Amino acid sequence: MSTVSTAEAVETVFRIESARIIAGVARIVRDVGIAEEIAQDAVVAALEQWPESGVPDKPGAWLTATAKHRAVDLVRRRQTYARKLAEVGRALEDRPPAEPPDADGIDDDLLRLIFTACHPVLSAEARVALTLRLLGGLTTREIARAFLAAEPTVAQRIVRAKRTLAAAGVPFEVPCRAERAERLDSVLEVVYLVFNEGYSATAGDDLVRPGLCEDALRLARVLAGLVPDEPEVHGLAALLEFQASRTAARTAPDGAPVLLADQNRAKWDRLLISRGFESLRRAGTGSYALQAAIAACHAGAASYADTDWAAIASLYGRLLEVRPSPVVALNRAVAVSRARGPEAGLALVEELADVPALRDYHLLPSVRADLLHALGRTEEAGAEFARAASLTANERERALLLERAARAEAAGGPPAGERPA
Amino acid sequence: MPRFLSISRHDERNRPAEPPAPELQQRMAELYEEITKAGVVLDMAELAPTSEGTRVAWVDGRAEYTDGPFTESKEVVGGYTVIQAKDKAEALEWTRRFLEVQGRYEPGTTVEVREISEG
Repeated sequence: MSTVSTAEAVETVFRIESARIIAGVARIVRDVGIAEEIAQDAVVAALEQWPESGVPDKPGAWLTATAKHRAVDLVRRRQTYARKLAEVGRALEDRPPAEPPDADGIDDDLLRLIFTACHPVLSAEARVALTLRLLGGLTTREIARAFLAAEPTVAQRIVRAKRTLAAAGVPFEVPCRAERAERLDSVLEVVYLVFNEGYSATAGDDLVRPGLCEDALRLARVLAGLVPDEPEVHGLAALLEFQASRTAARTAPDGAPVLLADQNRAKWDRLLISRGFESLRRAGTGSYALQAAIAACHAGAASYADTDWAAIASLYGRLLEVRPSPVVALNRAVAVSRARGPEAGLALVEELADVPALRDYHLLPSVRADLLHALGRTEEAGAEFARAASLTANERERALLLERAARAEAAGGPPAGERPA
Repeated sequence: MPRFLSISRHDERNRPAEPPAPELQQRMAELYEEITKAGVVLDMAELAPTSEGTRVAWVDGRAEYTDGPFTESKEVVGGYTVIQAKDKAEALEWTRRFLEVQGRYEPGTTVEVREISEG
């Protein structure tokens, strides 16, 4: 019979519970930085006490209670005014302090923590770092490694983010109905950014850093559990489930990217795909839901040739209405070219040639090259592939584009498909 | 993050006759909410009794079918859960929490936790 060592037990329980413990403490001390320190103190206490007392029956509850007691002690030491003591009294009884009543009855510390860590007062990168640290349970070193940043830089970013929240007096609460949509956008954006950084690593040698994708997916699932009535949360969850389902098929054994057209669909993760469809049923018609619906068209196609490009082109058209963006317009052009031929697609691509936002975007010349190649204009295609290669920061992608440039210039074979999706 | 298949086994011939007491049902609902909000469970199901199952074997070049119930073993698979966790220790902690509740309803339940090999 094997046993779990006390230190291991403490570590495991803390990893599972840390976000909730921090959230519970933050509601008392109203400062996520202090809350994190107090949660760590509770772990130290467990490491000291559990070897003698044994692991408690409900170790998560023990850690939470210990941390909350320490939080209350701290507040008591710091606040001597009667008014503050009254607040502490309420916190001691584990009732939320008086707050504007929430019409939707959403009362969850973890949700408060998510909304606080993703508060718009913080820059996107600060929100990302703080969310991964407080909600994802990642260490500063892990975050630094994931984003190819120096550890002190990330540590600084987190410290500054906590200070900014404190200085701005950001309340530790779920935003009211009027602000909810905008604040939720800010949360979903963070989850989406984390996933994308893992899914199409913008820099470095690896095309995919699956760890980040999984952290993001987990956050999306947690959110879907916390606010099940928000359709866009399910839209984002569906999108990420579908995207993640292709992870194993997206890179060759040597790490090179595999284009959607060439992916072995047997390697797509059936479980994640069915979870994606399930989430999509609960999603609305927001921008994540529409992107998820597009991903669903791919997930549901038995082969690349079976893809319903007309449906995808029309979904991109709707997406363009909801969230106009040159990148979406470019993707729509690709879908149109599959549905109605390269000429129709190229006409749309040419319209985007002078859009400033796409000037340094490697996928524009890459798509253009594809279509030129399909039309037999191989010399122009080769030049465009080379231009695309010069614009990407990802080594793997650059290698693939250079190879296609060389192939096009040698006027070789049929078009190999589109960009990795 | 590795995935784990938790296979739950019970004694099919000695299942509790009564549904769980309201207090226990409440605990089960709380646990379900807890794991949903933790975002760790990918899939979860209870299986129909083995009397509705069929075993298929490949014998002498053809399929051979045996209808349930499968009475030769005391414990049969009664359900499964697919968990995604940071490591096995985390998967085992969730399993412990499941048994803490389920074990009170059906004391003989055992759970086998197996990592799903990827690739």
